[in-house]
Amino acid sequence: MTSSQLLGITTFTYLLATLLYVFIIIFKAYRLYLLAVTTTVIAFLIQTGGIGLRWFESYGMGIGHAPLTNMYESVVFFAWTIALLYLVMEWKFKTRILGLFAVPFASLAMAYASFSSEISKEITPLVPALQSNWLIAHVITCFVGYAAFAVAAGMGIMYLLKASNSNPDAVDKSTVTGTLSVLPNIEDLIHKTMLFGFIWLTAGIITGAVWANSAWGTYWSWDPKETWSLITWFVYAITLHARYTRGWAGKRLAWLAILGLLSVIFTYYGVNFLLSGLHSYGSN
Amino acid sequence: MKNTNQLWTFFASVRLAIFTLCALSLTSIIGTIIPQGESFSRRIDVYNPVFAKFLMVLDIPNMYSSWWFLGLLGILCANLIICSIDRFPISWRLITADQLALSPERIGRLDHQESWSLNASLSETAQSLRERLDKAGWQTSIRENTAGLLIFSQKGAWSRLGVYLVHLSILLIFVGAVIGNFLGFKGSVMIPETESTDKVFASGSAQPLDLGFEIRCDAFDIEFYPNGMPKEYRSRLTVREKGKDVRQEDIEVNKPLSYKGITFYQSSYEGYKDFLLKFTDPTDRTTKTFKALYQQESTWPEKSLRFGVINAETKGNQIFRTKIWLQDKTQQPSIFWLETGKETEIKIQGKTFLLSAKQMYATGLQVAKDPGVWLVYSGCVMMLVGLYVAFFLSHRRVWLILRQDADNATTVLLAASANKNKTGFTSIFAQLNELLRASKG
Ligand code: HEM
Repeated sequence: MTSSQLLGITTFTYLLATLLYVFIIIFKAYRLYLLAVTTTVIAFLIQTGGIGLRWFESYGMGIGHAPLTNMYESVVFFAWTIALLYLVMEWKFKTRILGLFAVPFASLAMAYASFSSEISKEITPLVPALQSNWLIAHVITCFVGYAAFAVAAGMGIMYLLKASNSNPDAVDKSTVTGTLSVLPNIEDLIHKTMLFGFIWLTAGIITGAVWANSAWGTYWSWDPKETWSLITWFVYAITLHARYTRGWAGKRLAWLAILGLLSVIFTYYGVNFLLSGLHSYGSN
Repeated sequence: MKNTNQLWTFFASVRLAIFTLCALSLTSIIGTIIPQGESFSRRIDVYNPVFAKFLMVLDIPNMYSSWWFLGLLGILCANLIICSIDRFPISWRLITADQLALSPERIGRLDHQESWSLNASLSETAQSLRERLDKAGWQTSIRENTAGLLIFSQKGAWSRLGVYLVHLSILLIFVGAVIGNFLGFKGSVMIPETESTDKVFASGSAQPLDLGFEIRCDAFDIEFYPNGMPKEYRSRLTVREKGKDVRQEDIEVNKPLSYKGITFYQSSYEGYKDFLLKFTDPTDRTTKTFKALYQQESTWPEKSLRFGVINAETKGNQIFRTKIWLQDKTQQPSIFWLETGKETEIKIQGKTFLLSAKQMYATGLQVAKDPGVWLVYSGCVMMLVGLYVAFFLSHRRVWLILRQDADNATTVLLAASANKNKTGFTSIFAQLNELLRASKG
């Protein structure tokens, strides 16, 4: 068994879980929910094994390093963090149905990592600039933040679907959105998830700055990737203030969660492929 | 007076904060699309003249240090300072207030309320409730007033300062950045192996800057992975001050050398056609290194020795052997290959030397002095601490009002509030309620 086989199986298992969630919603087969969650847990465990094995394999090649150093590895880690965060929330808040809005992000990320011709899956040695523990801290903190924002945006979509329902607060099992938990609860959860993401994004920007300072002597150089991460940070700062002091809650918060994720995706993906900068390592 | 008041309110408003943050986000996008830096300002005449003039007035090629962008950051700072000054006294009062002086009517209007009666005397009930609260980590204070007995306890009052820590940390980071900008410098320098310099060149302007000491590159070395990718660049640097070597260190990418506030970062290198030949005396390991220009003659006058590099062979990115000629007064010239990284024995005038050859490089160093970086880092730590406090801690307050109804009957009113995470506090309140109701007095 190699790590790429395991990660390939992971992709299909996440896709299967996504299909299950969709099936549950369309055919109102709510009793299958536990099965869908179990499938997600299995996918997550296989993925954990795959990431661990990839790490181990890199040592076998004599170029041992944590599997967090190129586009492929970071997308896989992104999917892993989304699944972890979702499962923790499922366990802690019993949100039900949240899976439909979180697991597809993990599937999409894994499918992109596995099938895109733009990114290479090879384990490559690290060029000198990337040999730093700050890099590991940087990638982990950023992606935990990104994953939280993805989950928040998923809940944002859920909120908007439910709010557009004629009778949003009814707990009605006969319609798709009727089974979702009550609106104020989702709203509160979106907000909390964004706060959680904001702290990690802040830590991600800081660790990135410290890394840049130890490698080049400049902690901030306004390259497009840095600037976009700051823009994303501003978007969430605006959201926090708008909600806290101007009462921008409910639908507006849900839209801001989605806008925030778009900014995250641009920072992460758009900058690598549409703009150029220091972070060119991500484009291989 | 009215005008200054309006101005103050304007600068203290969150409305302005949201506007400024939106403006910063939107304008920041420009600089990620239009390339930044000097080379672009020289190329700007490729645009039509009106548009080019527009770009120049707004200083778009250096927009992050342009007057209007710094102006926006200035507004953000003013906003933060004035907003904090405006609101801090209120928060401070809430932290230090005498909560036992709160009127029963106000307590009666709090979010969470529970009330029950007991068959116990006032003082017994008070004692038992206080003990239970204390055990659960709620330290109590008590006071008698007209309504009866008032017991109060709170947790996390200081968490109200979290937001101020976050806002102050932003100012701290700005101050650090400004100090770095005015009192520090960024530069770079290329130093060929064995040579030294006391000047570096400022980034952007290439103006020479005095270091105040000398820095010498003793050796430069690259390692490659089997697939040919670079694995590590390493320079051995020596700091010389007043003619004395004061510090020697190997630097790598991500592992710089700092001396007197100036830091040297490994950033690039340049390979020369020339070579370094090193003679080592095996008896005492003393060495003598010569720069040998490619296919030219070098000499060691004390030994009347002449030598040079004829040729070199490369494999991948690296030279793996070098062809040398060597001649002293008495002998015929000898020609031989030296393997890179190996010392080879040679005999000169009855004495044995070890000779090694390597390609000569110059190390490219990024040089920075930033006396503000510690403020920036402190600001970062403060921001993370502040965010944690602001998001996850809250100021929770609990009051108990005890009224004596008859000799052996007491009514208890439990009231509480939290300034954040209200849903989470609901369950805390339910637990408190259960815990305190169980008290028999
Ligand atoms: C990038 C800049 C800023 C960041 C990162 C930031 C961060 C924060 C955070 C994390 C909170 C706590 C929100 C919560 O608990 O949900 C907060 C609250 C607040 N911020 Fe900012 N802030 C920024 C700029 C500003 C500015 C310029 C103002 C100026 C008016 C401001 C005014 C406030 C106010 C009034 C609150 C509510 C404080 C309270 O009563 O608890 N912020 N800010």
